Amino acid sequence: MAFLQLQGVSMGYGVPGGRTEVLADIDLEIEQGEFVAIVGYSGSGKTTLMSILAGLIRPEKGRVIFDGQDTPGPGPDRGLVFQNYSLLPWLTVHENVSLAVDQVFPQLSESERKSHTDRFVQMVNLTPARDKRPSELSGGMRQRVSVARTLSMQPKVLLLDEPLGALDALTRATLQDEISRIRLAEKQTVVLITNDPDEAILLADRVIPLTAGPRATLGPSIPVTLSQPRDRRTLLGNYDFKQIRHEVIQYLLKARPRHRTTLSRSLVLPDVEPEDITHRPPPLFAKPGSARRKSEMKTESVEVTL
Amino acid sequence: MKTPWNRFDFLLLPLLGGAFILLLWHLSSHSWSGDLPDPAKTWHESKPYVLEPWAKRGELDQGILRFTFLSLILVAKGYAIALILGTPIGFFLGLSPTFNKAFDPIIQILRPVSPLAWLPLGMVLFAKIKGINVTEVAALFTIALCSMWPTVLNTAVGVRAIPTDYLNVARVLKLSRWKTLTKVMIPATLPYMFTGFRLSLGIAWLVIVAAEMLTGRPGVGGFLWQQYNALVYEQIILCILTIGGVGFILDRLMSVIERRFKTI
Ligand SMILES: Nc1ncnc2c1ncn2[C@@H]1O[C@H](COP(=O)(O)OP(=O)(O)OP(=O)(O)O)[C@@H](O)[C@H]1O
Ligand SMILES: [Mg+2]
Repeated sequence: MAFLQLQGVSMGYGVPGGRTEVLADIDLEIEQGEFVAIVGYSGSGKTTLMSILAGLIRPEKGRVIFDGQDTPGPGPDRGLVFQNYSLLPWLTVHENVSLAVDQVFPQLSESERKSHTDRFVQMVNLTPARDKRPSELSGGMRQRVSVARTLSMQPKVLLLDEPLGALDALTRATLQDEISRIRLAEKQTVVLITNDPDEAILLADRVIPLTAGPRATLGPSIPVTLSQPRDRRTLLGNYDFKQIRHEVIQYLLKARPRHRTTLSRSLVLPDVEPEDITHRPPPLFAKPGSARRKSEMKTESVEVTL
Repeated sequence: MKTPWNRFDFLLLPLLGGAFILLLWHLSSHSWSGDLPDPAKTWHESKPYVLEPWAKRGELDQGILRFTFLSLILVAKGYAIALILGTPIGFFLGLSPTFNKAFDPIIQILRPVSPLAWLPLGMVLFAKIKGINVTEVAALFTIALCSMWPTVLNTAVGVRAIPTDYLNVARVLKLSRWKTLTKVMIPATLPYMFTGFRLSLGIAWLVIVAAEMLTGRPGVGGFLWQQYNALVYEQIILCILTIGGVGFILDRLMSVIERRFKTI
């Protein structure tokens, strides 16, 4: 039995009537020590899938099996890096991390916990900012705190929900290398969700495309046969890389449903005052010659199927 | 346009406004409102209370600061009760939809009730309990009950507004209920709570006058009412100005504290 497994998972939101079916028939098997990347369109249900993996939401149908347990609730052994960082704004960098450390390692002494916290703050290069609050940090720095908080829990599986989405290309590259290094050093099991096929192929052992929603489902898993550690500079010219990249993108494009778009534009029907031939006196309080009917706004729309 | 005058606006305009009101007051007391003492007379008669603010000549003849102090003590006690009761009630309302459905209608009905209506109920409620000062307890009851609602309602709104993400962090970390409350929920609600606290303090101070009037307790409100009944009108205005000034200062102080907690 796989270490982390999804069996026939389906999930939707809302009551019958206004319902969106987000995920349908998801099957996934992840072995210990594996690095799996899931690539999908925005809004296709990636965060929903991650929340199910983390145990934060229960799937409506299907099972989650983690480390032999059937659909367990959330816990620190599945460390989730939230898409929107989810740092507690009233705590400093160090306090945000130590909240996790104190909770997960109650058996350590106070000084051991403190040095453990310091180590992970150092790992993401935030020691100079350790006493700052999240509001004083840049987006990338917040993201790094969030990563440090999760890594400090030393989870059995690391769940990364678009962890580098908000970052500039340079910081992104640095953190990609960092994730890759930690992963190789600690033989960490990782599930990475991203919308960037290049990132997925650079880091993962397997790339799985997630089709566009509604009723998004996982495509076939595409093994990344490139040897580790990978060098981003030579990768772009690598033949295998191009092949895998092509395969992933082709699948995502093929699986894209026919998009419907509505084009609309506003029209203004100008006010046309009929000529007054009876010469009635103007009504009280009305400015002479003022419009008695407002210009009418109309919208014209056309539905297009691509 | 920035002329040299604009720089003194903040000082000059309020002074002009004040002078205008003084003039209106003066003219009124000399025309249609014969019983109203004019500003000069008011000041003259109020002097002993202002210049010797700590004097105590009798139970209801004390310096104005001393009266203010007595009133503030009463308000502080009633306000403390309001916060101690109101904050947890607000938390329950925010956390439990069932609790909210059960008690929200009754709260909406009790909220607009005037302190003048609560005080007699307080007197009746505590009349049969031995060993307490019934008027004081009734006054505290009134202050607490009237000033509690902004704290209750703001806390409830704040609890409902806690981002799910913060609660998810607590769930992933498997924080205990107590730790979730103290480490996540209370800090996340603090800004709302303090807005409630500030509004509650305003109401508590508003209620003090009514409470002291009806119970005849020494304090700014009690003094005001006594002087009115004794047909001495000069100090009524002194009391009004004092009540207003203290209310203003309290509100400023709470604003400072409130801003201190607006970390989110
Ligand atoms: N709590 C919720 N209630 C109702 N609908 C939801 C909820 N959470 C997500 N959805 C819907 O489910 C769909 C997928 O959302 P999800 O956040 O999983 O997408 P995503 O792939 O993570 O998007 P992105 O790439 O922008 O992060 C969306 O259509 C969204 O509107
Ligand atoms: Mg998402």
